[in-house]
Amino acid sequence: MTSAVVQLREVSVSLGPLQALKQVSLSIQPGERVALVGSNGSGKSTLLRTVHGLLSPLQGQVDRHPALRQAMLFQRPHLLRMSALNNVALGLWLDRSQGLNWAQSQARASGALQRVGLSAVAQHGGRQLSGGQQQRLAMARAWVRQPDVLLLDEPTASLDPHAKREVEALMADFAAGPSPDQPLTLIWASHNLGQVKRLATRVIYLEFGRVMADLPVADFFNPDLLAECSPAAHAFVQGELS
Amino acid sequence: MNTFSDSIGTALTLIASWDPALWTVVMRSLAVSATACLLAYGLGVVLGAWLAVSRFAGRGAVLVGLNTLLALPSVVVGLVVYLLLSRTGPLGSLGWLFSFKAMVIAQVILVVPVVTALTRQVVEDVERQHGEQWVSLGAGPWLRGILLAWDERLALLTIGVAAFGRAISEVGAVMIVGGNIDGFTRVMTTAIALETSKGDLPLALGLGLVLLAVVLLLNAAVAGLRRWGEKRQGSQVTAPKGWVA
Repeated sequence: MTSAVVQLREVSVSLGPLQALKQVSLSIQPGERVALVGSNGSGKSTLLRTVHGLLSPLQGQVDRHPALRQAMLFQRPHLLRMSALNNVALGLWLDRSQGLNWAQSQARASGALQRVGLSAVAQHGGRQLSGGQQQRLAMARAWVRQPDVLLLDEPTASLDPHAKREVEALMADFAAGPSPDQPLTLIWASHNLGQVKRLATRVIYLEFGRVMADLPVADFFNPDLLAECSPAAHAFVQGELS
Repeated sequence: MNTFSDSIGTALTLIASWDPALWTVVMRSLAVSATACLLAYGLGVVLGAWLAVSRFAGRGAVLVGLNTLLALPSVVVGLVVYLLLSRTGPLGSLGWLFSFKAMVIAQVILVVPVVTALTRQVVEDVERQHGEQWVSLGAGPWLRGILLAWDERLALLTIGVAAFGRAISEVGAVMIVGGNIDGFTRVMTTAIALETSKGDLPLALGLGLVLLAVVLLLNAAVAGLRRWGEKRQGSQVTAPKGWVA
């Protein structure tokens, strides 16, 4: 038994006729901050959904640590036509493993809103908030479930620079976990290499559903080393930075 | 009294003078259609939301059947309900033929497919876009259906209006199962048909104008409610401030 929170062994996933992941094997350790990078259609979102259990592998195996709590944040979070507070409370209430009633859920949701700096708009309609606030609200909805692993699918892709910075700051804050001995594992898909450099401890580069590079962040951004380890990833990074 | 304008003038006088013959029929019509719509709406929204989020063998065939029922001719519904409720029919012992209840049943059968099919479409569109987020949060199919239907309540209000329009404007089914009995089962549409055939155009026109006014008022109320709701809770139709398109 390894200490990995999630382990994928030779996982292949098909989306209709398209094989979106091809024999992916990887192991994620507690507290890692793993960035998934690659072009559109490379399999980043599919990998996140597979780790989260939204997609089942066609072949291979996904092992999760027993009693692992996961939460996932989507690029465009769906908020219901209700207050920001109730949106977060509903997210928590739906997690039946927590066994909370509505009043308890609301009380904890209030704390989560404070954590993401949205207490002032707790009673505002969730959909009335700005894009950045909506993403922070969705982060509160995910964080309030006290996940061990937080998965984020391009969380800042459609935000303006200011909102991007706010969400990124929250990601860094969440990654610290509730305490140093309980670090949160962060896995996110991103096109923003600057963000990857700032936040990640490990970078996985995907191309056509295959893992082409899996390196510590310092090695990934070392051009010579990357060129040697994975010419495809090196070409991608050079293309993105040029 | 032969000209259109004369008939309109007399019709307006009948409406304004609160003519008992006219308003009794109007109130009965509203009662039948409102009762039928309430029943059909409750059933149709639940069925539609469930169909939107559930996956089972034969679902495609069910949807084709459902969409076919949208074009169900009201006279066919009337005939089927008539056969069911007639003295020799399986439900003849209830003694509901030519009654308020018979008309409600016929209209429920007509309206349920409309509400179900439109609700299914609205909820399924949202489910396709965001369903996995709710799966991720732990909502099973039933809960997802209820949550998404509740969230689309403003769109479902419009479906309610469409359903009411279908119910109150149909004539074939209520004519067959209600019998158009004066003071008992005569409703606006059957009265209009009868008065026109008798040549009493002012009463027929008066009823027609009231029918139009009812639908107009209902539409206006729903439009107002939608605008209020969107203002209060926000709408996802346009990208909110902060999103980059």
